[in-house]
Amino acid sequence: MSAAAGPLMETRHLAYAYPGGANAIHDVSLAIGAASLTALIGSNGSGKSTLIRLMAGLLRPTSGDIMLEGKPLQAWQPRLRAREIAYMPQSTMTVFPFRAIDVVLSGRTPHAPQFGFESGRDRVIALEALQAAGAAHLAERSVTALSGGEKQMVILARALAQEPRVLLLDEPAAALDLKHRAEMMRTLARLRDTRGLSVVMITHDLQLTACIFDRIVALRCGEVTAQGHPEEILQSALLAELYDDPKVRTARIGDQTMVWVDK
Amino acid sequence: MKATLIKAMVILTLVLAASTAVALTVGSQKIDFGTLWSDPFSRTLFFRLRLPRVLMGLTIGASLAVTGAALQALFRNPLADPYTLGISGGGALGASLAIALGWGARVAGVPLVFLASFAGAIVAATLVRAIARTGAVVLPGALLLSGVVVNLVSLAAVMTIEYVAAPNSSLEILRWIAGSLDVIGIAPVGYMLILLVPSWLVLLAFSRQLNLLAIDEDTATTLGVNVHRTETVVHTICSLIVGVTVAMGGTIGFVGLIVPHAVRLMFGEDLRVVLPGSLLLGAAFLVLADALGRSVMPSGELPVGAITGLLGGPAFLWLLRRRRQYAAM
Repeated sequence: MSAAAGPLMETRHLAYAYPGGANAIHDVSLAIGAASLTALIGSNGSGKSTLIRLMAGLLRPTSGDIMLEGKPLQAWQPRLRAREIAYMPQSTMTVFPFRAIDVVLSGRTPHAPQFGFESGRDRVIALEALQAAGAAHLAERSVTALSGGEKQMVILARALAQEPRVLLLDEPAAALDLKHRAEMMRTLARLRDTRGLSVVMITHDLQLTACIFDRIVALRCGEVTAQGHPEEILQSALLAELYDDPKVRTARIGDQTMVWVDK
Repeated sequence: MKATLIKAMVILTLVLAASTAVALTVGSQKIDFGTLWSDPFSRTLFFRLRLPRVLMGLTIGASLAVTGAALQALFRNPLADPYTLGISGGGALGASLAIALGWGARVAGVPLVFLASFAGAIVAATLVRAIARTGAVVLPGALLLSGVVVNLVSLAAVMTIEYVAAPNSSLEILRWIAGSLDVIGIAPVGYMLILLVPSWLVLLAFSRQLNLLAIDEDTATTLGVNVHRTETVVHTICSLIVGVTVAMGGTIGFVGLIVPHAVRLMFGEDLRVVLPGSLLLGAAFLVLADALGRSVMPSGELPVGAITGLLGGPAFLWLLRRRRQYAAM
């Protein structure tokens, strides 16, 4: 790969303004390396989802560039890009009672022939993805009948079935219980180690970011205010400023960082 | 999924064959098939009236059903169909304007009534979508509401035209509102098929994209679907199909609503099965509805639009109730 020396994915001076609005994202430069877990943190409305949607190609930047393997994102053929980047929205809003397995199988689209059906191999990969997302037991259920957390596991499985190199997740754990949240993080860490997967994930769970992520990017009012190793970012003063709350506290206990808010 | 498609095609082809056979034998005039070749009356009745009418029913039924299935996926709305989205109304308005003004002419071999109806359909469809769109999102409730209103306004305009038009034009227009499959000779069906068959094929070619859109618009994009192009093509093709069917058969409601749901209930949600399945079942459904309309009364017949309306209205309400359950997310 010619671009192996550079980062897998990169944003350069990225800016985006919604039609008729102020800049939601301003001068964001990030580099996402191969085999990494990056957390995007920040208060509500700080531009995290906008940034993820820009990186997924769902929004076109007002200015600046997004590079994937050294090539501008817009220059990628959509089908080939879909083999590199998967995006998981917060939830799926379908009103049609698709079976979970069919939703996951649709993640195989970029790999399947243009006018054919998914192969037996695609089916095996889809089932493995369901397994990895802890949702194997939901395969035959209709997605409209699932709980919020179950739905998140199914759409995570769909993104995994896509077998991307970059996985962009918009609060994937918001509706997950503690057990499934931990399971999901273990799965992502395993895919990072075995397949070289890069994950960029929006999260409000700072505790989670402390123990498992390689890097944290903090956004405030559409700008990157800090980025680095969790230990550098999870500091009382930095978080207090990020969340505009002087009572945010952090402390190291062994190799864990605790985050809480004082009364 | 391939196995499901094959199973669906086999079963629905059999249903279609049986329905066609029933529709060809039922009618106010009994046709003796034993003397079909020797008796000129039977022959004329069969080949000039009965067969063209059944072919017309098959064509329009298939068209409305496949359009309904495509629109439901495109707008991620199980209650979308050419009727509820106002496309039929717009087409009827275009067609009746053309008739009232006496446009019997053709443009490049295409009857002007087709073109006017297509124009009306696409204007209505675009209008409804524009009203319901807020930013990048098409609001499902607003979509149906604006569709129904555009339909009502179009039909009010049709009635106005009917009132001021010459008596024989009025009578022709009245036929549209009721929806009828009456046709003499096979030639008109031929004209329709020239426009419709390629349109059906285009919709079928987009079945994978529509399937991804039915699940989720954003992930469809990230899976490589050009959403804007898919929307534009499917939207235009649906308007063309509805325009042509309205020009020939009037506003036959609810076929596009009931049939795709029946196919879904039988064979699952995958649009790669639902679209071709709707073509077959829609054809079968409409010729059966028409056969029913031709045989319920001892003399005369009920317009097929009345039959589909009477069956479709309750089906719509049933879906509305059901949707409350599966949309509660």
